[in-house]
Amino acid sequence: MDKMPKWADVVLIPLISLILAAFLSALVILAIGEDPIAAVKLMVSGALGSTYGWGYTLYYATNFIFTGLAVAVAFHARLFNIGGEGQAMLGGLGVAMACLYIPWPHWTIALLAAAAASMLFGAAWAAIPAYLQAKRGSHIVITTIMFNFIAAAFLNYMLVNVMRPEGSMDPATERFPEAVHLPTLHDLLAPIGISFSKAAPANVSFVVAILACFVVWALIWRTRLGYEIRAYGHSETGALYAGISPVRITIVAMLISGALAGLMAINNVMGEAERLVLNATEGAGFIGIAVALMGRSHPFGVFLAAILFGFLYQGGAELALWTSIPRELIVVIQALVILFTGALDNMVRMPLERIFLSLGRKRRNVGETAPLPDASHSTTQD
Amino acid sequence: MEFLTVIQILDSTIRLATPLLLACLAGLYSERAGIFDIGLEGKMLMSAFFSAAVAALTGSVWLGLLAGIASSLALAGLHGLASITFRGNQLISGVAVNFLAAGMTVLVAQDWFQQGGRTPSLFGQGRFESAEFPLAIGPKDSEATGRPVSELMAETNILHQVYSELFSGHSILVYVAFLAVPVTWWVLFRTRFGLRLRAVGENPAAVDTAGVSVVGLRYAAVAICGVLCGIAGAYLATALQAGFVKDMTAGRGFIALAALIFAKWRPWHAMGACLLFGLLQAVALRFQNIDLGGVVIPVQVMDALPYVLTVVILAGFVGKAIPPRAGGEPYVKER
Repeated sequence: MDKMPKWADVVLIPLISLILAAFLSALVILAIGEDPIAAVKLMVSGALGSTYGWGYTLYYATNFIFTGLAVAVAFHARLFNIGGEGQAMLGGLGVAMACLYIPWPHWTIALLAAAAASMLFGAAWAAIPAYLQAKRGSHIVITTIMFNFIAAAFLNYMLVNVMRPEGSMDPATERFPEAVHLPTLHDLLAPIGISFSKAAPANVSFVVAILACFVVWALIWRTRLGYEIRAYGHSETGALYAGISPVRITIVAMLISGALAGLMAINNVMGEAERLVLNATEGAGFIGIAVALMGRSHPFGVFLAAILFGFLYQGGAELALWTSIPRELIVVIQALVILFTGALDNMVRMPLERIFLSLGRKRRNVGETAPLPDASHSTTQD
Repeated sequence: MEFLTVIQILDSTIRLATPLLLACLAGLYSERAGIFDIGLEGKMLMSAFFSAAVAALTGSVWLGLLAGIASSLALAGLHGLASITFRGNQLISGVAVNFLAAGMTVLVAQDWFQQGGRTPSLFGQGRFESAEFPLAIGPKDSEATGRPVSELMAETNILHQVYSELFSGHSILVYVAFLAVPVTWWVLFRTRFGLRLRAVGENPAAVDTAGVSVVGLRYAAVAICGVLCGIAGAYLATALQAGFVKDMTAGRGFIALAALIFAKWRPWHAMGACLLFGLLQAVALRFQNIDLGGVVIPVQVMDALPYVLTVVILAGFVGKAIPPRAGGEPYVKER
């Protein structure tokens, strides 16, 4: 079907989509009476002009790497995990329990334990929708949306009724003990002579996020399980003939996805807030969708897209601070990115394909990108 | 619990069920035609903002309603473009619509009104007033006698209470919403258009073979969905509340989606589901924690119950919910 060279599919289409989204965002900024070029300059200097800005950019990017990888892994199995938000919330609960109820001697051990707890809780929250999709054919998109809301209500209950310290009005847990505070990039880089802003929240979780990218890459392209996930994503019937169990792949892929989303909590809960608060995820689970779409479900793409969104987030905060452009501009940009790289993909792809066809190039195309989950896939179950 | 309290909870159930019902019926048209729509929330939000904003600027709630419907239709058109014309992923398009609305409403609100992403409060002609039926107790009686409505209500008999609270005293959009239920049923199950619309959601190839435009029918369904979501949003901002605040839909679009599944894509059942979910919201609003003879049900259970019930229904433990067969599938003619 695809007659395009691979680089066009992997680089050109996302790039054009991104330019379209940026162009429309610029129009939006113009329409509200601000100067888009000045806005971009302010965003760049605010997000990348200082180690303080970088610290925030990388902090946000860390969140988005985890949630982006979560969505990407599910995409490879042609599953649309919209529940990253809820899974990350539950991951936060796991981190909070691990940090509050067990006296850890050192942050390294605490980080391992908290990471395990967050992955366990995140995976557990994805397990029920996964089981229902695999065994009962309930649409995973709907069930994961529902589980986001159930997670919000559950967390609200836990924070208001169970984990709130006595006498506190704030629906949040106690601060975690000093021993489990994670070192920030300042602490990590100071010994090797690089000075980094002390105030910025970027922390050792960023390193974990990069590790996670490598692990996911190895898992998807270098293991048998990853092959099975991709095979299932490309063709369910084909996978079935190859002896791959759809039930097993659906559940395993969703568990990995949920675990990755949950793992985000070591950054925002353990690394930054150092306690569990309401709405700790701040929509990062949803940004994971945009990140995975833009990154074409490849860990390296996810990494780049997450940095871009981290930049947008920090830059957007700076804009809100210095101009009359509210932070919600980022939500609009995020929507446009999802729209162009996800839903309107064909709008860019079809003309491009025609151009490449007319140029007469017939390079072989080995699509390494994940197929988008199509909605019908999981509902044909009569 | 007093009888009047029960009536008041039911009254607030009707008010809270109205936006759910309108959005649920909107989703019903779209999904019956094979277009999944998780962007109900975004369309409602967009309409809530533009109806409140235009009502605030012009002082006319009717112009506000029109603006709300137009803005919702624009988003519906975008969803149609992505999912029908460009055969994109309908779920991803829905997600994009939701974010677009969440961002744009605050952005435009800040630009127009500089009130931190909200519109000025609406009053007088800028809001939908409640329709008072003849002989019902309402604010007019309260003015005439100089006593509060609740006092007058407590004195009268049960039938009069029911009539005054439940039937009278709602804004016109409430009656529109409940009237839309039989209309939807009639359109879908008693007209040629409805038959074709349902067919296009089950087997678009057959409709195409019969010489009817699949694309046209699906756009029509998406447009109806846009109009109904527009009314739902306008109701939220100009009738239920007096003005727009950031994220004011608060997940109602997703509850409507839940109700749609709960009702298994049928109009009358949709009304039942929306009333049930409205009741849950009304109870959660009125009581914080409910004490049932020693066992305390926390308010969060009420918040989560619509979603839990939907998951249970989806799981097929209580009757299976099977969506329209061609739902989510873009139609490719030459296949």
